[in-house]
Amino acid sequence: MNKSVILSAAAVACLSAVGASAGTLDDVKARGKLSCGVASGLVGFATPDANGEWGGFDVSVCRAVAAAVLGDPKAVDFVPTTGKTRFTALASGEIDMLARNTTWTFSRDVDLKFTFVGVNYYDGQGFMVPKELGVSSAKELDGATVCIQTGTTTELNLADFFRTNGISYEPVPIETNAEAQQQYLAGACDVYTTDASGLAATRAAFENPGDHTLLPEIISKEPLGPLVRHGDNEWGDIVRWSLNALITAEELGVTSANIAEMGAGTENPEINRLLGTEGNLGEMLGLSADWAKNAIMAGGNYGEVFEKNIGENTPIGLARGLNAQWTDGGLIYSPPFR
Amino acid sequence: MSDTSFVRTEMLEEKAPPASTVGLVGWARENLFSSVLNSVVTLLSFAFIAYVLVGLLPWMFQSSWTSKSLTECRELFNATYGTSHGHACWGVVNDRWLQLLYGFYPDHLYWRVNLTLVLTFAALAPILFSEKTPKQFLYLTMAYPFLMPWLLWGGTIWAPVVAALGFVVGYFVFVTVSKVQSGLVTMIATVIAVLVWWLVLAGPVADTLSGILSLSIESVESRKFGGFMLALLLGVVAIGVSLPIGILLALGRLSDLLIVKAICVGFIEFIRGVPLITLLFVASLLLNVFMPPGTNFDIILRVMIMMTLFSAAYMAETIRGGLAALPKGQYEGADSLGLNYWQAQRLIIMPQALKISIPGIVSNFIGIFKDTTLVSIIGLLDVIGLSQAIRADTAWNGIYWELFAFIALLFFVVCFSMSRYSMYLERKLQTGHKR
Repeated sequence: MNKSVILSAAAVACLSAVGASAGTLDDVKARGKLSCGVASGLVGFATPDANGEWGGFDVSVCRAVAAAVLGDPKAVDFVPTTGKTRFTALASGEIDMLARNTTWTFSRDVDLKFTFVGVNYYDGQGFMVPKELGVSSAKELDGATVCIQTGTTTELNLADFFRTNGISYEPVPIETNAEAQQQYLAGACDVYTTDASGLAATRAAFENPGDHTLLPEIISKEPLGPLVRHGDNEWGDIVRWSLNALITAEELGVTSANIAEMGAGTENPEINRLLGTEGNLGEMLGLSADWAKNAIMAGGNYGEVFEKNIGENTPIGLARGLNAQWTDGGLIYSPPFR
Repeated sequence: MSDTSFVRTEMLEEKAPPASTVGLVGWARENLFSSVLNSVVTLLSFAFIAYVLVGLLPWMFQSSWTSKSLTECRELFNATYGTSHGHACWGVVNDRWLQLLYGFYPDHLYWRVNLTLVLTFAALAPILFSEKTPKQFLYLTMAYPFLMPWLLWGGTIWAPVVAALGFVVGYFVFVTVSKVQSGLVTMIATVIAVLVWWLVLAGPVADTLSGILSLSIESVESRKFGGFMLALLLGVVAIGVSLPIGILLALGRLSDLLIVKAICVGFIEFIRGVPLITLLFVASLLLNVFMPPGTNFDIILRVMIMMTLFSAAYMAETIRGGLAALPKGQYEGADSLGLNYWQAQRLIIMPQALKISIPGIVSNFIGIFKDTTLVSIIGLLDVIGLSQAIRADTAWNGIYWELFAFIALLFFVVCFSMSRYSMYLERKLQTGHKR
């Protein structure tokens, strides 16, 4: 009955297939939309609201890049990806960039041939336990049952940690964070381990968050950042410097509140170069002079994005910690705009 | 001589049966407490039902429909009932039900999805309830495969029109060539003509026509499709297309032609030997890698094709079961009437084989419809994928059962309807000679 749908649609699809692409920047401009891979739902990082508008910490990076390239933070097609589909989606060109809390590792950079353009969140794997367990350090967890997401780097980190410390554990494999939440609350495991940001978000959703505590040990380095394909360095530069623009803006005190005023010209030459009133940085990237201004206006500077999506005033309540500016003792550091 | 003989001249009034054998009591005695074992089982069952209801009813009804976040729900429950545990926070369904139904489809275009659903029923009516539907509906059924994609995806009307013209082209070629050539040549010529039309000519023709007279409606990208609408779309296409393909595969598998038989057996066994998830991953990942960069082969279309092929392989085996159940006499009877192969299939074999296979076919339908939720694994936001996305909202993080209850209800309505329809159909086609 519906055979012809398939045939006709296939024919249309084949015909509308376009030839090989010139450069990602040109493609994006021609399309008028940035195609950005995000998580299909991760608290604070990427989530659609009731109207289907995406928001979150990773989503803000997409919006900043779209604003820098196209002048419109809304000109983004968000492509939900899972942990399994994300890399193929990027490698095959289905998406222009991936901003999906992806850990920057050697093999992903070198073997999978992706360029990590920077780090927008320094995470690390932590442990959550019920307070009544009376544990104050992860090294006291000998013989514990641990809820762990399968097929992730956290699983390997956990094995490494327990082996290094010569203690034993019993893994309870689970598939998603939501499942972990249920299992942990039902007492199926003593400990839940995943990235510390995820633990904080999970704990915030509990009925009695005060009954649970995060252990001080962070057992792995998880630098999360946006990435692009190897082979198009111009495009990589654009994504890298859009992220850096947000970071530099915070360092220089440029916020979404005062950017209009500062955009008219200031005493500080670096701010002027950043906002395009001095020099020709935008031209070098192949973008308009106010590219960085647009990127910052999309959602504010790095600090504002952080506070709005995952900061201490949100239910997730993450402290800046490692993600403070280098001037405040954190690791967030952008090369100079010169 | 006294007359002691007694002959009753009128019937006695019927007495009411003993109170213990009629009404509720009688029914209960007969069905629930007929023996000691039965009584015990009955009491245990009642206790179990009561236990479930005691937990479930307060959860369902002492709930909140208006809360805007899980925290708000919990505060409300704590204030009202003293505990935040064991009460449903239906606010999430209230807040997100449109999203769960339509995904990211633009809200000013919801009418198009609704209209498509209505048209689906209208187009199915002549097939499902043939004797109660006016014959004119059949035209709608024929137009539906072209109307449905146009309504959902939008764009110019010429694309579906030109696609439909492919059949007209095929028909004319068939008529013309069959006057001068044999059956096989006609068949091949027709297929080639139709393929050339679709693959080469259709695009430019549609472009030209839309250049002359646009007649287009707002187009919606596949990426915006989601929620229960996606499940219905995939389900309807997989169900509608897999049945005819399945019939052909089943016939092919029983065919005497070696190559046809080999192809059909190979296809069926390959597809049945591979999990659906693998096929979906092939659709979403491998095809991307194999195709030239920049090729835009719609992801929903890819998934549709995979689900249809998967369903068709199982359908073929179900129908083969029906064919195997027919006695050999039916085939011989058809031959003795001088019917050719297709006539015999159409008039004698298939009506009986399909009737036998109805429960299996509908089981297949229900199965493939529920399998559509697997697409959440490849990043399509169907209802299950959306439930994860909704849970990622800080307002609803930690909500679990309410969403699944709503999703379960949606699926139950559809699957239960299918099941009831199949029972109706079996009764309707009942011809009395049970074996």
